[in-house]
Amino acid sequence: MERVPVLKIGDILLVSIQIDMEDQVALQLQEDLAEKIVTTGCHGVIIDISALDIVDSFVGRTLATIASVSRVLDAETVVVGMRPAVAITLVELGLSLPGIRTALNVELGIEMLARSRGEVWQDDEDEGDPAAVPAS
Amino acid sequence: MNEESRLIPVATDQDVVRVRQLVRTVSVEAKLSLVDQTKLVTAASELARNTLVYGGGGTVEVARVRNEIRAGVRIVFADQGPGIADLDLALTDGYTTGGGLGLGLSGARRLVDEFAIDTAPGEGTTITITKWCR
Amino acid sequence: MALSPDESGRLADLLSEHADGLVVHWAELVGNGLQGRMSRPELERQTRDLQKGFQQAFAAGARDLTDEEAGELRAQLGELSSNRARQGFSANETAISVFALKDAVLGVIGDTSDAQTLRDFVAFSGFIDRAALFTFDSYVRVREALIADQAEQLLELSTPVVKLWEGVVAVPLVGTLDSARAQVVMERLLQTLVDTGSPYAIIDITGVPAVDTQVAQHILKTVVAARLMGADCIISGIRPQIAQTIVALGIEFGDIATKSSLADALRYVLGKNSYKVVTSKRTEH
Ligand SMILES: Nc1ncnc2c1ncn2[C@@H]1O[C@H](COP(=O)(O)OP(=O)(O)O)[C@@H](O)[C@H]1O
Ligand SMILES: [Mg+2]
Repeated sequence: MERVPVLKIGDILLVSIQIDMEDQVALQLQEDLAEKIVTTGCHGVIIDISALDIVDSFVGRTLATIASVSRVLDAETVVVGMRPAVAITLVELGLSLPGIRTALNVELGIEMLARSRGEVWQDDEDEGDPAAVPAS
Repeated sequence: MNEESRLIPVATDQDVVRVRQLVRTVSVEAKLSLVDQTKLVTAASELARNTLVYGGGGTVEVARVRNEIRAGVRIVFADQGPGIADLDLALTDGYTTGGGLGLGLSGARRLVDEFAIDTAPGEGTTITITKWCR
Repeated sequence: MALSPDESGRLADLLSEHADGLVVHWAELVGNGLQGRMSRPELERQTRDLQKGFQQAFAAGARDLTDEEAGELRAQLGELSSNRARQGFSANETAISVFALKDAVLGVIGDTSDAQTLRDFVAFSGFIDRAALFTFDSYVRVREALIADQAEQLLELSTPVVKLWEGVVAVPLVGTLDSARAQVVMERLLQTLVDTGSPYAIIDITGVPAVDTQVAQHILKTVVAARLMGADCIISGIRPQIAQTIVALGIEFGDIATKSSLADALRYVLGKNSYKVVTSKRTEH
């Protein structure tokens, strides 16, 4: 059985799914990730699905479970790279993936993780002011 | 008016992957749009998994079809499993007896143009779906 | 009705025997119908090719247009109609190119009371009718494909997706939105989000006079799909009438951000992102 590799990059675990996963492979990934979060102490997980040409309810549920388990283990998960056709199909299928955070690509996913861990970015000084519209 | 059809036995996880790949190939041949290909492959993945998990295995048959106006792809999922006693219930979003999301049947029906089920307790289940080119 | 083997044999002989005369007469007849929109040499070349096509089909023993022996001829007729359709000739003008062969043959047979010749001509005439129908049919199919292509191009032209700011794209929709167009626009919007890596999209419907349930649903589904991909949509420029429709239709816009103008929407996005917005002095009311 094939296995989806999990890479550690800094404080982040990066998973790039490059194959059409059998259900068993998806479940294995779920286990591997939980294991890796604990052994590495990483606080962020990025799952890149840009190579997937479909996501069905099984993969959808696996992603949701991964996100929930990670949260329990104090790690934030971001799913990145979902293709437009896949997203349109998921909406029709009725799968809204509640509880999963998403970003358009790996870069934006990393930014999202950084922001939610409170690492304020240089040019984000006025974070406290939600409206940039000047009040007259 | 079927052109030649292709049959895949469904007995393992791997067969479900094969079904997805075959449906993709045939959808491309039939010139379905990318979004329609994606919808059909997703529906097929759901139904083939049901054939495996709930039907105890069976077959999936994929064929290109054409009627007076359009071309399309038709897929038949057949198993000799326990059948579905309460079809309305099984087709309800969120209903599952196997700890799934309960979106396979109901979702697949929304993803295709035609959806027909032939099932009875103890008689197995046959589901036929069709997606037409726009 | 199919020809008898004898008939197709005799027709092959007839066509080859009078080849030159037939082609000249035939090309003339077709030329009159096309009113000089095709050059004479071009027309004669085409006609000669067709004449050969018919002759060879009969010589090979074709008894009907659907026979295997007539495969080459069918391909020729298909190409003829496809060319004519693309060059803008009418269906009539295209079918004449085939029908005229009847008159041309009648011309070479001349006055005759020979029963066999007449029977041959009737059988031949039936064959030509089917060939002309076939041509007509392929002509229509090509025209339909052309029209579908053009409709699609128009659709693309009328639905620009523009990058408004770093990280923000906008679709200014203008004109009536039908379901097909809404679908195309929305797919393009989502693809643009990926291509430009923009996490924000503004769908501006200031220029849209009305929406129906289906279109509103399309917009709604797009917003949800964008969210699944990791992008946020803001809808701007909803006219009062459309707002009424949306409410009357019971469509839940829920927590989707709506702004009255494209400018407001952009300001909102930039604010959310805590970009520094430099505005000239203005008063809020
Ligand atoms: N081929 C089948 N044979 C028997 N029962 C089936 C079959 N397909 C679906 N079912 C029943 O319908 C229910 C709903 O199926 P589905 O919508 O795919 O959701 P899920 O797979 O998540 O359970 C299943 O839980 C099962 O009880
Ligand atoms: Mg299922």
